Amino acid sequence: MSDDLQMRVTALVDEAAGIRRVRLEPVAGGPLPAFSGGAHVVVAMRDGDVTRRNPYSLCCDPEDRTGYEIAVARAAASRGGSAFIHERLAVGDVLVVGAPTNLFQPDWRAKKHILVAGGIGITPFVAMMAQFARAGLAFELHYAVRSRAAAAFAGVLQDRYGPRVKIYAADEGARLPLAVLVQNQPLGTHLYTCGPERLMEAVLDTARQAGWPEQALHAEHFMAPPPGDPFSVTLANSGREVAVGPDQSLLEALEAAGINPRYLCRGGVCGECATRVVEFRGTILHGDHFLTPEERAESRTIMICMSRFVGDRLVLDL
Amino acid sequence: MQGATIRSRPVYPGLAIAPFARRHIFALEGEGAGALLDIAGDLTPEVLGRSQILYVARGSLGVGHHGALQNLGAAFWAAPTVPPLLGRLDVELSRSHMGTRLYLAGTEGFIGQAMQVAAAHGIDPVSVITEHRGSLARRVQCVHCKGVTEGVTTSPFLCSHCGLSLFVRDHYSRRLGAFQGVNIDAEEPGAVPPPEELYL
Amino acid sequence: MDTGYSATHRPETFRDETFRGEFSYANSPENIRHFPFPFHEDAYRYSVNIEPHVPGRPGSAFEHLIDVDEHYLAEMADRAQVLAEDPLRYQALPHMMLAQWDTLELLMEEQARAYPHLFTLERNGDQWRWINRPLGIDDTFTFGDPSTLPREPLDYICRQTQGDIALMDQRDGNLWLDAGMITAQADWSLDFDVGMNFHEWHAPVPLAPQMGVFDRALKYLLNLQLGKPVRRLNWTMTINPRLDTSPENYPKWGPDRTTVTPENVGQKVHLRVELQSLWRLPRSNGMLFVIRSYMMRMDEVVTVPKWGRRLPRVLETLPEELASYKGLSRYRQTTIDWLKRHDDGAPTSPGIFPD
Repeated sequence: MSDDLQMRVTALVDEAAGIRRVRLEPVAGGPLPAFSGGAHVVVAMRDGDVTRRNPYSLCCDPEDRTGYEIAVARAAASRGGSAFIHERLAVGDVLVVGAPTNLFQPDWRAKKHILVAGGIGITPFVAMMAQFARAGLAFELHYAVRSRAAAAFAGVLQDRYGPRVKIYAADEGARLPLAVLVQNQPLGTHLYTCGPERLMEAVLDTARQAGWPEQALHAEHFMAPPPGDPFSVTLANSGREVAVGPDQSLLEALEAAGINPRYLCRGGVCGECATRVVEFRGTILHGDHFLTPEERAESRTIMICMSRFVGDRLVLDL
Repeated sequence: MQGATIRSRPVYPGLAIAPFARRHIFALEGEGAGALLDIAGDLTPEVLGRSQILYVARGSLGVGHHGALQNLGAAFWAAPTVPPLLGRLDVELSRSHMGTRLYLAGTEGFIGQAMQVAAAHGIDPVSVITEHRGSLARRVQCVHCKGVTEGVTTSPFLCSHCGLSLFVRDHYSRRLGAFQGVNIDAEEPGAVPPPEELYL
Repeated sequence: MDTGYSATHRPETFRDETFRGEFSYANSPENIRHFPFPFHEDAYRYSVNIEPHVPGRPGSAFEHLIDVDEHYLAEMADRAQVLAEDPLRYQALPHMMLAQWDTLELLMEEQARAYPHLFTLERNGDQWRWINRPLGIDDTFTFGDPSTLPREPLDYICRQTQGDIALMDQRDGNLWLDAGMITAQADWSLDFDVGMNFHEWHAPVPLAPQMGVFDRALKYLLNLQLGKPVRRLNWTMTINPRLDTSPENYPKWGPDRTTVTPENVGQKVHLRVELQSLWRLPRSNGMLFVIRSYMMRMDEVVTVPKWGRRLPRVLETLPEELASYKGLSRYRQTTIDWLKRHDDGAPTSPGIFPD
């Protein structure tokens, strides 16, 4: 998109085993916009003849207007983005970065904020805590990790926030005391969780079982587009056919073909890339969190960032 | 029963016990008692052991609900009028934790006022379980003098504070727990249509 | 300028005028052409008509994203008077403090960028200095610390910005009107509406809800991006150039509607246009809604022949339900009859700008 920023990599730091922090500063200089805790940016990376666009939470102080920082875990089955950042990205490289977008903002009405992170899910909370601390808001962080060596930001967060930060390392036998966490919290407390889906489900479930209302529960679904069988899509306006590869999302295939559909989150949450299905013979594999079950069943709309298709004909209003 | 014909008006879906709540606080006004008594079958000993019922008889025919509510077996307290009930609710909430669910039943004006108390404690209005019972009378705020008139059954009506003739607009403020009253004869003073009984 | 004329909008002097009492408000010839005439065609059509809020035609109200014009000082004085009489025109729920600072920054930055001869913002870390020359203000404060400003940040900056301001909090898939300063509204009460969500706030607007207009607008706004504000125009009519047409003061201005006669239409009847802009706020992820009102009496409208031809044609096609909602019913026909004298029936060019 035209308003995207050219940003130079000015630091690459291994925050923990398998987690690399990337600092980006604007090539043109000048202060960056401040942002809100929980915001992400979409980073476009030229990797050979492929352009990868991945969303990453901003994990720096929102008032640091000189640069943005992201932290990327090396994925076991990388689609390319994390391997690129861990293996090929170098200081001095220039990446294209979109404006910060927030689909996981704090509820500013909260009397207290409880943050529960698992592994790389710590990233949005680093920025949130900087805002909470500056505004004098009550918060605590509960951070589950495989081991202290894998706990990105643990040291710096404990230095900054002291006993408000609690770390639970699995290799030391420590576990998130979820049932205790949701007990005796003051009315008006909000709970946020980010990390592996299983952990988030456990957190939300425990809170619900303790009588917490949905309005107080917030989760950031960190999702990469799922791989699948290749398929082909027909564009209604031009009649063109675009092939979607097994490790490519529909959105990525369209972008590679020179079409630029609208998007914001690239993770099936925001609804911006909703596209009308003109015709299909087969099954749409909805992979998003946006459509209602009824809308999925009707399949008159597809979220092209996350959903795939199995069948012999799919025509989209593009 | 109030429908959701006005988009600024809350929907009152009816009382139903939140199954996982650690504590239940019921604030009931007048015929609102019936909303709880009608689901007495769902009030297991476990639920009752975690419940606090606050009741004000205003609007009820007689005081018959006192006994019926008391007989449920939960902690029970009756207020003589609405303000002490709201004061007691405020105290109860200040000592409550997440996992406490609030239930409100009665007239719309009562629900609105109790909701204001709850909001001050950080309770999201959507998480409060409500049921409208009793009169359709409206609580109306005069947009001109800001005075609130309780129990308005006609439109137009005379503001009980500044005396202007007010038309009751179908616009509800949750924050104020009131409908909006706007002067009906501002353009031609004295041109006031006869009041209609709309909200009995 | 050595040509003696600049198409660029750069207000140097401010009119001494009133929006009450003797109603001395008027537009200079240059400011008439600056006016955001809202009708693209000769018939009324309801639409959400949202477009990117990017700098537009030099000299027009769209040239700068926060517009300052010759009415600046008079509007600020009128606002101060409204607030002195009714402090409830300013509201900010406690959780909106971060959005207040976001708004202060945005309005200072935009005004200082567009009008460096009027406003200066100097920043040194969180130590900021703000100079407002027309109002004679020179304040140094700590950004983020409310105790270093004489008023809450939103209250402070809204008293120095033309246009009403509403701040919305985003949560639960909705936008909540949780703060604002509204002193020049077209008949809605901030005190009553504060705390409402997008649908509740717009509940009294006829027709639009059935058309799904607000559902679509909300969906669009929830994904509004930082750095990509949008705008739309809205309009109504006001008798006498009165900025404060609040419901609170309806008994004061309501009777004006009965005073329109065929002889005084040109002087009394004003087209009132709201240039509404919506901005994503950076730190709070809230939304800033600027509602900038422009008024122009019929005598001034018809000095632009295209607008004089188009306005009566639009007014004739307005559905009665909307005319009634906008409060035009009593004087619509009188105004159309008067305007028709300025409509020679010639075709008009597309778009809103003068020929």
